[in-house]
Amino acid sequence: MTLLYFAWLRQKIGRGEEQLSLPAEVKTVSDLVLFLKKRGGGFEDAFADLRRIRVAVNQDHCGFDAPLRDTDEVAFFPPVTGG
Amino acid sequence: MITIRIQSEDFDIAAEIAKLDAENTGAVATFTGKVRREGDLTTLTLEHYPQMTEREIARIVEEAQTRWPLLGVTILHRVGRLMPGENIVLVAVATSHRSAAFQACEFLMDYLKTKAPFWKQEERNGTAQWVEAKYSDDKAAERWRNK
Repeated sequence: MTLLYFAWLRQKIGRGEEQLSLPAEVKTVSDLVLFLKKRGGGFEDAFADLRRIRVAVNQDHCGFDAPLRDTDEVAFFPPVTGG
Repeated sequence: MITIRIQSEDFDIAAEIAKLDAENTGAVATFTGKVRREGDLTTLTLEHYPQMTEREIARIVEEAQTRWPLLGVTILHRVGRLMPGENIVLVAVATSHRSAAFQACEFLMDYLKTKAPFWKQEERNGTAQWVEAKYSDDKAAERWRNK
């Protein structure tokens, strides 16, 4: 799967994109967040407060309970501030 | 005619309005969002999620089309580094009558601000800071839900 990070998440994590083979224990976005936080460092910092994070799967806004497949594009970002 | 463009360069508002002029157009409402000229703000940098942005804006336009009889919509949004006084976003709506044009224009902006994946970073006195989303913007978008 492709993981994308935007705005301050990208800065805290230190990159904007990565490829990941869906880990067996990851069924939902929440599971993926837990998996990423275990890496520690910037990931732990970036995902410290999920109320400040929004997620999109395959370019659709969704909740942290959304199911994941290995072919998905998952994007994490702060609440949007365009316009 | 629906036009959605994400671009780094500025836009010509008069030219965009002229392009919107469809048959039966009786009203064109436009909104332009600009970088405020305020105190120590030196630049505003806009980042976006390229694969998602146009799709999300198209969805917002579709939603507006179910609510009002729109003859044309143009949404242009700039990305990259902008200076105070520069244009950020243009929303222009052509309809037969003014009420729909005003309402659709406001609806499109309210949804754009809460749904379209753009992020602003301000630079003040050499320090860059991400702009926090506003609760008031969520409230503005929410009031359309039951209409």
